[in-house]
Amino acid sequence: MSDTSRPSRYTRTAISLHWIIALIILAGFSLGLYMHDLPLSPQKLKYYSWHKWIGITIFLLAVLRVAWRLAHPAPALPATMSLWQRKAAVVSHGLLYVLILVIPITGWLYSSASGVKVVYLGLVPLPDLVSANKPLAAALKLVHKTLNFTLAAIVVMHAAAALKHHLIDRDDVLVRMLPFVKSRSR
Amino acid sequence: MNPYDRTTMTGKGALLRSCLTLFPALLIAHSAPAAQLVPEKSEIRFVAKQMNVPVDGVFKKFKADINFNGGAPETGKAQLTADVASFDMGLPDVEAEVKRPAWFDSAKFPAATFVSNGVKALGGNKYEVAGKLTIKGISRDITVPFTLTPQSGGNGLAEGAFTIKRLDYRIGEGTWSDTDTVANEVQVRFKLQLTGLATK
Repeated sequence: MSDTSRPSRYTRTAISLHWIIALIILAGFSLGLYMHDLPLSPQKLKYYSWHKWIGITIFLLAVLRVAWRLAHPAPALPATMSLWQRKAAVVSHGLLYVLILVIPITGWLYSSASGVKVVYLGLVPLPDLVSANKPLAAALKLVHKTLNFTLAAIVVMHAAAALKHHLIDRDDVLVRMLPFVKSRSR
Repeated sequence: MNPYDRTTMTGKGALLRSCLTLFPALLIAHSAPAAQLVPEKSEIRFVAKQMNVPVDGVFKKFKADINFNGGAPETGKAQLTADVASFDMGLPDVEAEVKRPAWFDSAKFPAATFVSNGVKALGGNKYEVAGKLTIKGISRDITVPFTLTPQSGGNGLAEGAFTIKRLDYRIGEGTWSDTDTVANEVQVRFKLQLTGLATK
């Protein structure tokens, strides 16, 4: 490693946060897709509560993650990447950070506007961000859904790009974010 | 003493006496006139807990027949009737569900009623009313504490809260009887703006 300010790998903390958040987002996203059109039942109410707890958890971890990222620069992109690819990487990573912070807040706003308080883990009542308002709730539902599908689309591109780096470019872009694996020698 | 016997007597003294006797009798008869409910300033609200999330709603339509005299609270009477289908939580799918047979079964049991059978003064503006609460055709005896704050012009605000167990009234049957999701305890809070209350 010649440049000490740009490590060759993400830190263990960054790697852990990346994969933990990814798994929780997958759970929250799948649950949201599954639960939203279920007929009303005690199970559905449970799923909604769990979904909200998941969202708040993602938000808290995302705050940690962004703070960590600001304090610990990411490894440099391989020199072989073209300018548009670098730009695409920077933009998509930026959008991912923004979305994992903003999407939970839109869910919280949607819950508040629907007149349902968010009680984190059934223990911590969170303040209502807005007062109950049906048209606002309908708008926020659409915003929450749209941002989630936007996130899903970017995640698919993100994963596809990582696989392309690994399988076609054969660089260490994927490996440096994998836990328990040593980077390929440069 | 029957004042009507006196009126059959002749003479001014007898008439005066009978008036004097009749007057308190009229006062007593009027001591607890029916108070009028001001619905737009009154509210029957309930708070249920769903996964520890307080969810509240109101009955938009209800009426109350109340006779109450602060000077003789024990003579007070109250009968309240809420139209269960007027249930409003701001959550249309929940409202639709709650009208169904597993919950209020509002088609079969359109009204929830409370009929008092005794009022006790607890000192100050505090009182306690005992009575029968009937929801979904099931009656239970309950006691409800309330405060009655007198206002000018014979107006008064009655406020109170009590907690019922929803399963006592078979509200939320079948899978909904799971109290881990929707708690058994439901708090009912009421605020009744009354006019035409008798004063002492």
